Amino acid sequence: MRHTHDHPEGLVRELHRRAQQFRLDVLEMVHDSNSGHLGGAFSCAEILAALYFHHLRIDPGRPDWPDRDRLLFSKGHACAALYSALAHRGFFPPSELLSFRKVDSLLQGHPDRKTPGIEIPAGPLGHGVAVGCGMALGLRERDAKPSAQTAPSGAASPASVYVVLGDGEIDAGVIWEGAMLAAKYRLGNLVAILDYNGTQQTGATADVMPHEPIAAKWQAFGWHVQEIGGHNVREVLEALDRADQVHARPAVIIARTTKGRGVSFMEYDHNWHGTPPTEDEYAAAKAELEGGMRQWLN
Amino acid sequence: MAELINTRVAYGKALVELGRCNPDVVVLSADVSNSDYSFMFADEFPDRFINTGIAEQSLVDCAVGLALAGKIPFVNTFGVFLATRAVEMIRTHVCYGRANVKLMAAYGGVSPSFEGPTHHATEDIAILRTFPGMRVVVPADPYAQTELLQQVAASDGPVYFRMNRNEVPAVYGTGDAGPAEAVELGRAQVVRPGNHLTIAATGVMVARAVAAAEQLAGEGVQCRVIDVHTIKPLAADTPAAAAPAPRAARDTGAVVTAEEHNVLGGLGGAVTEVLAERCPVPVVRTGIADRFTESGPYFDLLDRHGCSVADVVAGARRALALKTRAG
Repeated sequence: MRHTHDHPEGLVRELHRRAQQFRLDVLEMVHDSNSGHLGGAFSCAEILAALYFHHLRIDPGRPDWPDRDRLLFSKGHACAALYSALAHRGFFPPSELLSFRKVDSLLQGHPDRKTPGIEIPAGPLGHGVAVGCGMALGLRERDAKPSAQTAPSGAASPASVYVVLGDGEIDAGVIWEGAMLAAKYRLGNLVAILDYNGTQQTGATADVMPHEPIAAKWQAFGWHVQEIGGHNVREVLEALDRADQVHARPAVIIARTTKGRGVSFMEYDHNWHGTPPTEDEYAAAKAELEGGMRQWLN
Repeated sequence: MAELINTRVAYGKALVELGRCNPDVVVLSADVSNSDYSFMFADEFPDRFINTGIAEQSLVDCAVGLALAGKIPFVNTFGVFLATRAVEMIRTHVCYGRANVKLMAAYGGVSPSFEGPTHHATEDIAILRTFPGMRVVVPADPYAQTELLQQVAASDGPVYFRMNRNEVPAVYGTGDAGPAEAVELGRAQVVRPGNHLTIAATGVMVARAVAAAEQLAGEGVQCRVIDVHTIKPLAADTPAAAAPAPRAARDTGAVVTAEEHNVLGGLGGAVTEVLAERCPVPVVRTGIADRFTESGPYFDLLDRHGCSVADVVAGARRALALKTRAG
């Protein structure tokens, strides 16, 4: 069982430092390949740090371990942050990171299962919840059988399935097909974390496709709902612990975040969805991120 | 007309048998189990049956997750919905994601005849066969369907398995066709010998191709009829001499294709691609002439939309004329 008590300050600071390192790596990767997605990678950095460096039951030496927790990174365009997390966690050497988006690389522009630690392709948006349903059903019923009629008496596999969603991607109808399916089958081993950064490719989500009332929506679909600040590692850790305590229904963590978090001129600006920085912008962003890192170093 | 046998009952029975043999087999349907006959599996194994509701996209995505968790999911709904509404799920997550998902396409071709063009799967083969890693299988009759289903279940990797809704004539065990047990996934089957012309057919059109060949035999033209039940991979990687389709083309010098599908991109397209590179001979495609169909009785619709015995005979005459001109 995972711990549900307070998380030590040292762990929290380490995870903040990790998240900032992911941002620095993402900046280098996108700058070096002159393509990629900065804004949505920056917004999910703390979520990924909490998952990969504390919460997930994983073993980088055994990426196919049957009892591993599964992380489905549904907002695939932000995968530079995911690659940084996987590299530092030991799934492949960090020296691979600069091959991002280049020919013959392990690190495709959007996730590919050939990369160690990647569970599903992503990029075409909206698949994570429904694929997660099947995975959670298959794991829960690995020795037993799926049934809508009875709540699970115990998981056949101790593994849980975590799905990281973008907020723009929940415009897609299949997200809500999956949301209904997860509730129908009472998938207590399925947890979605919504990177609710409020900004998508061409503008604010409130303008492009309003999602509010977001918590009430998920509740109405039968999910356990928490709302947290997604850049506060302690809140992320506690929410993940609570989500694991939810039985017989799926859980969603609505993590309020900022697109482009950590670089002042990128924050809240949809133009940083998929645009690489110029040399001047790169230098300025790097200086800001390094400055942000200092508070976690001592 | 040969005796008609029920395709859907044969499928339901075969699916139950798969469930008995392998506890990892799970079955999904998008709330059409009493149409696709997966209800027979649900009755036998209710705890291994998942009804996703009328939601074909999460149907396929859910199956992907089950496959990646070690199950062998058989996905059931109408072919037209798999091949159009859920196609991005199939491309990205089943094929690119290498998930061992078996797509059981009910109501193939115009077999849901009265439902009309909205429900007719007439472009599905063309769409599905372009995805790397996908296999496309269209059994000729319920006997071959049962044999091929077992082989599909036993082999790893995705497949699009297109079935007929209706009672159809038997091919195997009749005429020169031999027993269905001889049908081998990935290898076209000769169901009637002949050396003047090859008719390459798939699905219900195999029986009609045999009828066309019988008619042409009365005129002294001996057609070789091959059942191309596996449209992809078509020639596999076997040498031309050992692959039935190129060999038949070489032996006979002309080919007619017959399919319950748009003439664009399906069996006719696949055969033409292979023969153009490996054994260029005249090829005439018969099938639905790049248009939408209509409602009506099944065999009448086949007759009206390019899939009649007379259409195959006419195609054969055109191919023979091209062969003579080329010779």
